This record gives sequence, structure tokens and C-alpha cells, in this order.
Amino acid sequence: MDTRDTTEQAELRAGARKLARELGPATVAELDDSTRAKRLAAAVHDAGWLELRDDAGDGGPLASGVEAAILAEGLAERVADTPLAGPLLARDLARRAGAADAAATVVAFSPDLVEAARVEGPTTATTLHAVDASIEGSDAACVLVPDGDGCRLAEIALADADRSGVGGADLTRAVRTIAEGARVRDVSGQRRPLRTDDLVAWNALGLALTSAELVGIMRGVLDITVAYASERRQFGVPVGSFQSVQHLLAESCCLLEGSHSVALHASWAVDDLPPDDALAAARVAKAYCARAARTVCETAIQVHGGIGNTWECMVHVYLRRALLCTQWFGDDRIQLRRIEQDRLGAR
Amino acid sequence: MDYRDSPAEADFRARLRAWLADHNPGLPSSSTDDEYWSRQAEWHTALYDAGFFGLSWPSRYGGHELPTVFDVILDEELATAGAPPRPSLGYLVQGITTHGSETIKDRLLPGLISGRERWCQGFSEPDAGSDLAALRTTAARDGDDYVIDGHKVWTSYSDVADWCFLLARTDPEAAKHKGLSAFALPMDQPGIEQRPLTMINGITKEFGQVLFDGARVPAENMIGEPGEGWRIAMTIVGHEREPGELGYVARYAKTVKELEETVRATPDAFPSDRRLDVAWAHVQAEMLRLHVCRRLSERLDGVEHGPSGSVDKLLMTWVEQTVGGAALGVSGPKAALDAEDVALKIYLYSRAQSVMGGTSQIQKNIVATRVLGLPTG
Repeated sequence: MDTRDTTEQAELRAGARKLARELGPATVAELDDSTRAKRLAAAVHDAGWLELRDDAGDGGPLASGVEAAILAEGLAERVADTPLAGPLLARDLARRAGAADAAATVVAFSPDLVEAARVEGPTTATTLHAVDASIEGSDAACVLVPDGDGCRLAEIALADADRSGVGGADLTRAVRTIAEGARVRDVSGQRRPLRTDDLVAWNALGLALTSAELVGIMRGVLDITVAYASERRQFGVPVGSFQSVQHLLAESCCLLEGSHSVALHASWAVDDLPPDDALAAARVAKAYCARAARTVCETAIQVHGGIGNTWECMVHVYLRRALLCTQWFGDDRIQLRRIEQDRLGAR
Repeated sequence: MDYRDSPAEADFRARLRAWLADHNPGLPSSSTDDEYWSRQAEWHTALYDAGFFGLSWPSRYGGHELPTVFDVILDEELATAGAPPRPSLGYLVQGITTHGSETIKDRLLPGLISGRERWCQGFSEPDAGSDLAALRTTAARDGDDYVIDGHKVWTSYSDVADWCFLLARTDPEAAKHKGLSAFALPMDQPGIEQRPLTMINGITKEFGQVLFDGARVPAENMIGEPGEGWRIAMTIVGHEREPGELGYVARYAKTVKELEETVRATPDAFPSDRRLDVAWAHVQAEMLRLHVCRRLSERLDGVEHGPSGSVDKLLMTWVEQTVGGAALGVSGPKAALDAEDVALKIYLYSRAQSVMGGTSQIQKNIVATRVLGLPTG
């Protein structure tokens, strides 16, 4: 056992952090700077990071869940507003189906964002959500079509979707709403059906990536908050010198470290444990990280005081991203309930 | 990055698992029953004699010089087998290894590691708890000896100890932190009075008070230099805060496993919220196991122990108290009606975790100022 980064993993981590620091939004106003956001998206694209889960030629991915999680965490540390997890998940699903022709850049999810959407028939029967789409451009979203004892992939062109549905709580990530009745088209050239094991492992990847993002969000917001508490003065001293404030931030630090430990394991488990075990590890990670991130972000707002409750202060951008990450693939309550059922049996 | 066993690790795990199948003493949990404490030495020597204790320590003193990650395997297998956790004395070994002379190490470490000589730690006093440097026990030079007078408290296993790792004031004139020295004091002598303390869950064997009235310790038993006591104490408490050093992961995993078995046996008896508490206890225990994996892996780089031990101590405390709360919930009305209820005892014992080895408030001070770098007042 050795949980340390390899040299390549350490370099990837440093690279993602550096890019997010340089091109991520440093202020709320910068969220509206589309030139910056386009440069960020281009840099992520040019680095080849969106292709990490593509077929390496042997059916396996080019890089493991660990590398994907390192990128997700590193970019989230500065709430980088460019799609990453969405495209990685779409391409991972396409790889598992052997669908070289798939055009989907994102996956459509059930109305509660917990599962990949399943569609029977030529059009969608409910509202769906494409999470982590690019805001502009003509994405396609993939959905699952039950077929025998497995599934195959189909696509929905987002150009046909209701564009008014862009946006949600998270100011850094687009959620495109696909209205009921959207037309579904076949994806040609699928070489194998998606089996239960494929979908279990894919869900483990989704939970591992959202957990890793939550770790990045916690690390970023804690950095900002420690810096603020060290500068902001009241009663003639920095507020961060008061024990009551120190203890809140010390607890946040512990929650971050514990989260890092569970998320790291979940990201490794995606490709190196059997699918059911990978999913169990991922549920533990998501349950822990989601609860932790909520507390760490709420603490960040509290320590920022009045400013922390204004739109201009960056901390709510972190909290908002944490809220979407938490809901995506299921929040802590959903994970706990599944862990309860898996470990304690049905009632 | 790889959480799997290397061939050597897998081989060790298989040998350990086979041994445990025949040698699990089936002791009750350390936190609930005096029987554990009365038979702990037996368990320690059995584990040691079979080659499964002191894994990362120098072979010269009876250890095996394996990477620290082997302790993770030990903890996992002990929990899986439902065996008692490993004895928690790594912090004393680290203290003596880091600060003791070659002579002291050769004399003291083999007995400590093998479990044939038992140790207690004489640090806290009635007026020196969180403010440890305020301690007043004195060590006065008298010929080849030091003479010890004072009062130690919260001294675990003092009544069965052969040795006390004693912190005492050798220079009353020096500044608070500078006048302290550390000794290996033999406990079997006149001038020492034992006053056991009963913990809130009724355990009587773990905690004690020790009164020193003219007890003697040879000067050659000083660990480190005169005045080095504070530094030594900080080395020890630094390690005492690390779950990887303590092996508590096995204790929590074992308790969670038992809670899960209880619920699975009669699923209809437990309301949904209590089942969720058990699920959350599992999440917490897993977090700590994986956190220890990460910390012990980091140590493969030779990363030194520092204030991050306080982060780990706080995480460990949350885990223990979450597990204790889940146990109380599973027991339900029984815990309120039966003073001997095991879950009640597990729960009550868990409250000590946020105090022993340095209170959570002290740990948070350390994390805030030394990990996060927040300004001091």
C-alpha cells in the first residue's frame, strides 16, 4: 500500500491548480468575463484533460479515476468555470459502450440529478438535466436506453433543448434543462451493451469526481477564509486571533483532511476494485465529503461576517458549487440510505 | 497510488489472519470491561511473541523494521477477526527512541516493546492538565539518585506498571518549560502510593492517581538531558495524538461491525434514524482507516510528525464519539435502564476521547495557529 501521488500525478495536480489560479474567476465580477472563461476552456481542452477516460486501445481508459479526480479537485479549488466532470463522464460512458461515434459531450440526468437518464421511446417522457454542459456551442447529451438485459446509448441534441434552462444554483457550471418530449437519436457503431457492472463502475466514477470536487471547494474556500480572518481587524486585532474563530476554522481544516482521505481512496477504487466495492467506497466518500463541504462553506460565510453575505464576496460561489456537486449523483442522505441498505439489509 | 497489498504485505496479512484464527483471546472491548485491562499484558506478549507487534520499530530492540503501513494491515485484520486492538504504546517508544541515549534505549526498549515490562506515563497533575508545563512534581538530586515528590493523575495502568515515564521539575529556578526532565522510574518501591480512579463508565483498571513521597530514581535513568523534559513530552504527546500510532482504528471498526451484526439480526427492532446512525458510524470509521492509510503512506517519504497530529486527533475523537452515540442509539431504552449495558459503557467511555492526550480545545488551538497559520492573540 502506498497512497502517495506518483511523480506524474503530482505534476498533474500542480498543473490543474496552476491553471485554475491563473484563469479561474478570482472575483464574482470575473464570472462575467467570457474572454477569460473561453481561455480557461481552451486550456483544459488543449491539455487533453477531457480525453482522460477515452479508450486507451484495450477497452480501458487512458488514465485512471485518480488522475480524473486530481483534475476535478484542482480546478474546483478556484471554482474554475469550465466543463470537466461532465465531458469526462460522457466519454467514460461512451468508452464502456465501445461507441467511437458518440458525439455527446455531457450526460443527461434524471430530474433529481441522481442517475443517468433512461429513455424508452423516441422522445423523453420527463424533464432531464444535462449537468456540466458548455454554456455556448451545440452539445449533445447522452441517455441510456434499456435494451435486453443491458442498456445502449442514445443522444439528444442540446440545440433542440430549451435554452432558457441554462444555469442553476451553481454560478460556475451550466445545467441545461431538456424539456419533456425532446427527440432521441441513435448512436451508431456501439460495440457492446452497457451491463450492470459498467453502470455501477460509472456511478462510482461520478461519485468519486463529485467528492474530489467537494475536496477542492473546501480547500479553496478555507484558503480564502484563513486569509480574510488574518487581515480583517476588529477590536484592534485580526479576527483570526480570536479562539472562537480559530476553532471554527480548525474544525474546517479537519473536515477537509478527512474528506481528502476518503475521496482519494474512492478515486483509486473506480478502476482498481470490483464495481460493487468501488461503488461502496464512493458512497462513503460522497456521504462524508458532502456533509463536510456544507459545514466548511457555511463556516466560511460566517467568518466573513456581513461581507460574506453579499453577492460580491466569493464564498457563496464556493457554497453554490458545493450544493450542485452534492446533489449530482446523490447527496449525503441518499448515500447514507444506500449504505444502510447495503450493510444492514432490508427492513 | 495503490491501496492494494504488495506481495510482502499480502504475505504478512495471510500469516496474521491464520494466526488470529487460532489465537484471538476474545477479550471484551477495552472501553467497557475491566477484564480487558487485566488480560491486556497477556494479549500484548502473545501478539509480540508471534511476530505481530512492534512492526515498524528497530529490530535491535525487538521490532521488525517494516514500513509503518504494515500497522494498517495489523489494525484491519484485528478488526476483521474481532480481536482486541494492538497495545497503544508507540508514543513511549517514539519518545525513548528520539531522546534516549544508546544505553537507555538498550535497557528499556526491549521490555517495553515485548510487553514483558509494563509502563505508565506520569505527565498530568491535578493543577497541570492542559497547562502541562505548570507541573509541580519535583526531582531533587541526592547522590546518584533523584528524589521524587509530587502527585500525578489520569495515569493509565499505573497500578500494574513496572515503569513510569515521569516528567518532573529538576530546576525550580528555570523558566516554566525549561526546568523539566524525563525519567524512567521503577514503580516497585516504597514512596509510591496508588489511588485508582473509577471512570464514568465504571471501569476501575485503567485510570489512576499516583502519589510520590520520597520515591527514588537513579540519575542514569534520566531520558535525554536535564531540562529536555518539555521537548520530550511534546514528542510523546505528538505521537499520542496520532491514530496510526494508537491502533484505535481497529477498536472503532470492531464496534461498528458488532453494531451492524446486532441490527442485521433483528432488522425490525431498529427505527430508520438509528440505522442511519450506524451507517454514519461506518462512514466515520472508514474515513479514519483511510486517513491513517494516507498518513502512514506519507511517512514513507520520511515526513515528520508535526502539528498535523492534532488534526488526526480531532478526527479520531469525532469518530469515537460518533460510534459511541450510534451504540447508545442501537441499545435504545436498554442503555437507560441497565447500568451494565455495554453500549452505555462504550458511549460513556467515548466522552474521554476529547480530553485524553490533550483536549479538543487545545488541539484546535494548535491546528489554528500551527497548521492554518492564524495569528495568535
